Amino acid sequence: MKVFGRQVLPLNETPVRRAVRVFLAHRFLFEELVKRDFKKKYKRTVLGMGWSVLSPLLLLLVLKLVFGQFFGKSIPHYTIYLFCGQVVFLYFNEAVGGGMVSLMENASIFTKVNVPKYLFLFAKTAQTTLNFLIILAVFFGFCAIDGIRFGWHFLLLLYPIVVLMLFNLGLGLVLSALYVFFRDMAYLWSVFTRLLFYGSAVMYSIEKFPESWKRVYMCNPIYMFIAYFRKVTIDGAFPSLGHHAILAGWALFFLFVGSVMYKKFNTKFLYYV
Amino acid sequence: MNTLVELKGVGIRYMVGDFKGIGLKEFVIRKLTGTYRAKEFWADRGITFALNRGDMLGIIGANGAGKSTLLKAVSGILEPVEGSVRVHGRIAALLELTSGFDKDLTVKENAYLRGAMLGYTRKFMNDAYDKIIDFSGLREFEGRPFRQLSSGMRARLAFSVASMVRPDILILDEVLSVGDVEFRKKSEEKLLEIIHSGVATILVSHSLVQVQKLCNKILWLNHGKQMEFTSDVAGVCERYQAFLHKA
Repeated sequence: MKVFGRQVLPLNETPVRRAVRVFLAHRFLFEELVKRDFKKKYKRTVLGMGWSVLSPLLLLLVLKLVFGQFFGKSIPHYTIYLFCGQVVFLYFNEAVGGGMVSLMENASIFTKVNVPKYLFLFAKTAQTTLNFLIILAVFFGFCAIDGIRFGWHFLLLLYPIVVLMLFNLGLGLVLSALYVFFRDMAYLWSVFTRLLFYGSAVMYSIEKFPESWKRVYMCNPIYMFIAYFRKVTIDGAFPSLGHHAILAGWALFFLFVGSVMYKKFNTKFLYYV
Repeated sequence: MNTLVELKGVGIRYMVGDFKGIGLKEFVIRKLTGTYRAKEFWADRGITFALNRGDMLGIIGANGAGKSTLLKAVSGILEPVEGSVRVHGRIAALLELTSGFDKDLTVKENAYLRGAMLGYTRKFMNDAYDKIIDFSGLREFEGRPFRQLSSGMRARLAFSVASMVRPDILILDEVLSVGDVEFRKKSEEKLLEIIHSGVATILVSHSLVQVQKLCNKILWLNHGKQMEFTSDVAGVCERYQAFLHKA
């Protein structure tokens, strides 16, 4: 048994309560880490901030120019269709890619002081989430320009946003733990995400695909997040309850596996850095 | 209760081998070909000691004796495989001062980050910041990015932030002297002030003179084993030196 700090730990405290208490005790560190990640991302330049919005827009333009020829006529609101895919994929890619290396990058901190190791991933995810929200604001601007009907149903988007954040956190936990043990995870992951990008129907539609293919796409959580966004913004429709359940299921699955890994390897990480 | 630190039969295993930094591909291949080598050994075993308020413990032993590993177990970074570590009160560890700073952040931002790492609150940091920056003598560099600072200046900031701590248990890993002559004097005075404020201190040092001057208890480690733990500091130092000469 170990006793840290002055307060005696309540023995019947549930793991969730404990996690919340520990997190709150380290809130100052969490805030400082988010600030640090933000400053490093934008390098304190006006252009840095602008660039984080401009670069996805440029990619959007390229995709629109190249693929608009093929799919633009059969898919209504093709720009918004593309943008839905892009905004989701970009957030996923940034949050998980950055999250994967976040633990390792802070090795010089957690090998010296006893802090909860998930804080580094949480801070990185918070920073990428803020970045995502900025781009999302631009996305809504595009929706208005493209004549998308706004309404209360847009509030539904809160669901995939929150669940995607949890999904990124969960997958980030898993990958950041693996990355400590296997440094080539970064290469493997970048190959995998490229595959995932083409397999998430960012610039094409799977409507005319055979049923068996569609089922494969349904197994891709990123595709499902993108589909949710499109359903609400472009179709103005309410996604099925099953759709909701699939998204939540993926997020909970990775959160669970990731938490177990962090708990199991908490003090073992030290040997590998 | 006056016992602040209590270790009973603590054993810590460490892993060595070629598992570090090999990739997943390499790991799989080595597992398949049976050439994967990872060895576990006891970095510390059977360590038992207790410290009260006001005690100052010196830990001596050659390189690789398990001193730093033991400190990591006390500060909670490593968990013992056997035995128990009981700690009552707030721990402050001044280990390897200059790592964990960010080169792109300014001096002020790094001071806050370090304060947060050490478990200060924002309010405490706001109040203490002026004292910290004055003590470090880096006021004119406040807004400069850290990469422009010399290593001595970095150590000075690290020490200044850490010295604001009001711990019950202070852990010192060979950091009694940092910076130039003038700062060294100042930092030693500051440390003595903290030490004499009634904390329990653990000092790892290779300087027997320093240990004899400061400590009232001594722990001698040799290859992870506890040779002696006693308050006969001078006696242990003598036997340790005799042991070194014989070896």
